Amino acid sequence: MPDGPVLELKGITKRFPGVLANDQVDFDLLPGEVHALLGENGAGKSTLMSILYGLYHPDAGQILLHGEEVRISSPRDAIDRGVGMVHQHFMLIPVMTVAENIVLGVEPRHDGILLDHGAAHRRVRELSERFGLAVDPDARIDKITVGQQQRVEILKALYRGAEILILDEPTAVLTPQEAQELFEIIRSLVAQGKSIIFISHKLNEVLEIADRVTVLRRGKKIQTLPAAGATEESLARLMVGREVLLRIDKAPAQPGDVLLEVEDLHAQDDRGLEAVRGVSLSVRAGEIVGIAGVDGNGQTQLIEALTGLRGSTSGRVTLAGRDLTHASTHAIMHAGVGHIPEDRQRRGLVLEFNLAENLALHDFDRPPNARLGWLHPGRMIARAVKVLKEFDVRGGGPRTPARSLSGGNQQKVVVAREVDRDPRVLVAAQPTRGLDVGAIEFVHRRLVEERDEGRAVLLVSLELDEILSLSDRILVMYEGRIVGEYGPDVPEEQLGLAMLGGAPEEAAA
Amino acid sequence: MSAGEPQGPPPVTQGEQQPAGTAQRLAALQRAGGLITALITTVLAFAIGGLVVFVTTGKNPLSTYRAIFDGTGLNWFFPWVTGSERVTAAFNLQTTLVLTTALILTGLAVAFAFRCGLFNIGGQGQYMLGAIAGVWIGSSLEGIPSIVHIVLALVAGALAGALLAGIAGLLKATVGTHEVIVTIMLNWIVFWGGTYLLGLEGPLHSSNPADASVPISSDVLDSAKLHVFWGNPVLQGLHVGLFIAIGALVVYWVILNRTTLGYEVKAVGFNPEAARYGGISVARNYFLAMAISGVFAGLAGAIDILGWQFRIAVNDVQTSSIGFIGIAVALLGRNTAVGVGFAALLFGALLNGTSTRNLDPSIFDPNLADNLTLLIQGLVVLFVGADVLVLYLWGARKRLRSAPAREASA
Repeated sequence: MPDGPVLELKGITKRFPGVLANDQVDFDLLPGEVHALLGENGAGKSTLMSILYGLYHPDAGQILLHGEEVRISSPRDAIDRGVGMVHQHFMLIPVMTVAENIVLGVEPRHDGILLDHGAAHRRVRELSERFGLAVDPDARIDKITVGQQQRVEILKALYRGAEILILDEPTAVLTPQEAQELFEIIRSLVAQGKSIIFISHKLNEVLEIADRVTVLRRGKKIQTLPAAGATEESLARLMVGREVLLRIDKAPAQPGDVLLEVEDLHAQDDRGLEAVRGVSLSVRAGEIVGIAGVDGNGQTQLIEALTGLRGSTSGRVTLAGRDLTHASTHAIMHAGVGHIPEDRQRRGLVLEFNLAENLALHDFDRPPNARLGWLHPGRMIARAVKVLKEFDVRGGGPRTPARSLSGGNQQKVVVAREVDRDPRVLVAAQPTRGLDVGAIEFVHRRLVEERDEGRAVLLVSLELDEILSLSDRILVMYEGRIVGEYGPDVPEEQLGLAMLGGAPEEAAA
Repeated sequence: MSAGEPQGPPPVTQGEQQPAGTAQRLAALQRAGGLITALITTVLAFAIGGLVVFVTTGKNPLSTYRAIFDGTGLNWFFPWVTGSERVTAAFNLQTTLVLTTALILTGLAVAFAFRCGLFNIGGQGQYMLGAIAGVWIGSSLEGIPSIVHIVLALVAGALAGALLAGIAGLLKATVGTHEVIVTIMLNWIVFWGGTYLLGLEGPLHSSNPADASVPISSDVLDSAKLHVFWGNPVLQGLHVGLFIAIGALVVYWVILNRTTLGYEVKAVGFNPEAARYGGISVARNYFLAMAISGVFAGLAGAIDILGWQFRIAVNDVQTSSIGFIGIAVALLGRNTAVGVGFAALLFGALLNGTSTRNLDPSIFDPNLADNLTLLIQGLVVLFVGADVLVLYLWGARKRLRSAPAREASA
């Protein structure tokens, strides 16, 4: 049946203790189609795909491949049936070559024993040419970019004969350029008859690449609709179940005095290479300054140098005239800097601590939380009750470990802590990474409110949309330098060009 | 999100609700039933130990365990044990609790470092240096008031332990040397340093002419001996060191749960990156956590000296393993105050119950007795790490299940 769906999921139900992860979900995939699976965090996308990939067994429902009911008992089984999955976190062996990784477990052999390197190399090359996935079969995984690693994962699935490819949030780790390249690859795969399930919560990508979109919310399928004719607004409404402001409405900035001033700052990365090469910038009270740039151009090191987590080699950082260049993190935090770190789980939270303890991370050692080294957990909890309510953190109370909150609520806890300390300067690094539209809206609204209260906000983001939507001024960082300063109405293309180093040097701020 | 969410960590960048995986379910189980896991661990270890007894000696493991149990003196708590049996039981229980005292403290020495993310494998060296310091102060300073003498000797032991462990902490904090390597090396420094100090030519060698050819220290003076409050002091009754150890359990709990120091130590232990971001000095806490661990271990050494050993020989320095058993105590007690207390009691009882003195050779081959302690110890440590094993078996089961399916579909 060439024209029937290659895959049908009918009435899939999966229950976990205390939660219905999938509730009677239907889903079908046509040959040569890109079908996007859209939903907020916790909507059940991953559960559904895990069932298809044999990681879980559904409590009820059927899986039909080419019209025939199957029971998929393991990933191995799924692969053998032509279902391949590219996980968000790659499962590659860094010290092995591209070709070795691709054939791993199903190696072509000489005489049944020795790995046939030549054959492996040849087949990988054939596949990569056929589908336009340019990778060097002999390169070592740890020497190639994340985008290339992703191609290796896709090749791995193709090598194993995948006809249906599940891509789990494939663009989350990519730069905008790499994402465009991935879309080219997807188009070429589809042109050759592969069918693709594209999991995402990025609306613009879904609209760009998908033929049809299925929206899940709280485990239920809400609707399947053609991508043509849908808009970001309509999809967001289906995902969240209410109207969502995708672009924040904000009044023009009322900039006041310069609060944060950085002069010719230099800093090194962990390998001792200069990552920040003479950055100068200033942020005034009541404005949001956005730093745009492709990942790895020194943004991380700049933020760490500003917040005392990384030493600077030269230059000056002042907060309202006070020199903080070589101050400790502790001193900087208490001088009035709030910092929303780019990785909330690695740095922003102690996941084993409860929310009250996490909210006290900067001031657990001063009144009212503590006196003379003696802790008052009761007061920490009392404060947490108030803050958690104000910031609408759901899924737990003051005594709940941070680990058990969803990503969006974890981020709310971080934002709450940093804002509640009433900082003069708020440094926000990737504040909405990995969040869904509802949580993004919350964080964005909050950042604008903080601006309007007269704080200086320095926003670093890899998401151009976010930079454009929030910033009053935009700086572009490239190879450790600020290579351009733009107003909030700059065309996206011009920013994109500057992010790739295409801006004229003299535009540097 | 709604309140009924599964209690699992969301993945790093995506946050998509992950239904609880095996690891998370296990973690939840562990949190919910910390006591249950410890009990299962212990029961399993004893069961396998019993199997070994049965296979190697052909004796009934139950009667062996009965003999061990009686040897621990815990039967003293049974009201039907009377007469001379009760006298023996009291004596055995005193010895068990004397051993428990030291094990609580060496267990805490490992547990405290664990809470800061450090593995203090040097409890043995810290214990021994504490003992040496204790015997040094305890056998000198003749004529000072007893309470001052005891306090001085205990403080000397605690400081000695803190100093030794502090070296490892300082090196970790400043140059990043791994504390496991450093504490192991420090153990050997104490091993050979103690051998020299107490040796025939050593500065701490006994001043008693009778010991001229024995590598042993002088005796602790009476003014430095801990009061024996239960049993016959001559026959090694129970001394007040037990209360110091119980006090240490309370201090441990209070530091961790009611002080800013404990907050810092735990934050560093759970997530050093987040601690640093929060303004906490990770290096300072590495040093402090090791030094405090050393206080516990050093105190254990001094208390053993002042409480019942009263002197220390080169042979003791070289064969003692009370500090190492502290690792098993901390593991079994899951680094909690209550857990360490009970785990110390278990191991104290085990050590005493299997000591050859208490075992009837017709029931149990004395050669195997000591080894049974080691065996059960080893099994406990093994099963404490059993989460990993269970996970592995779980994975193996899944692989087995999927294998036939693959063949069927091929």
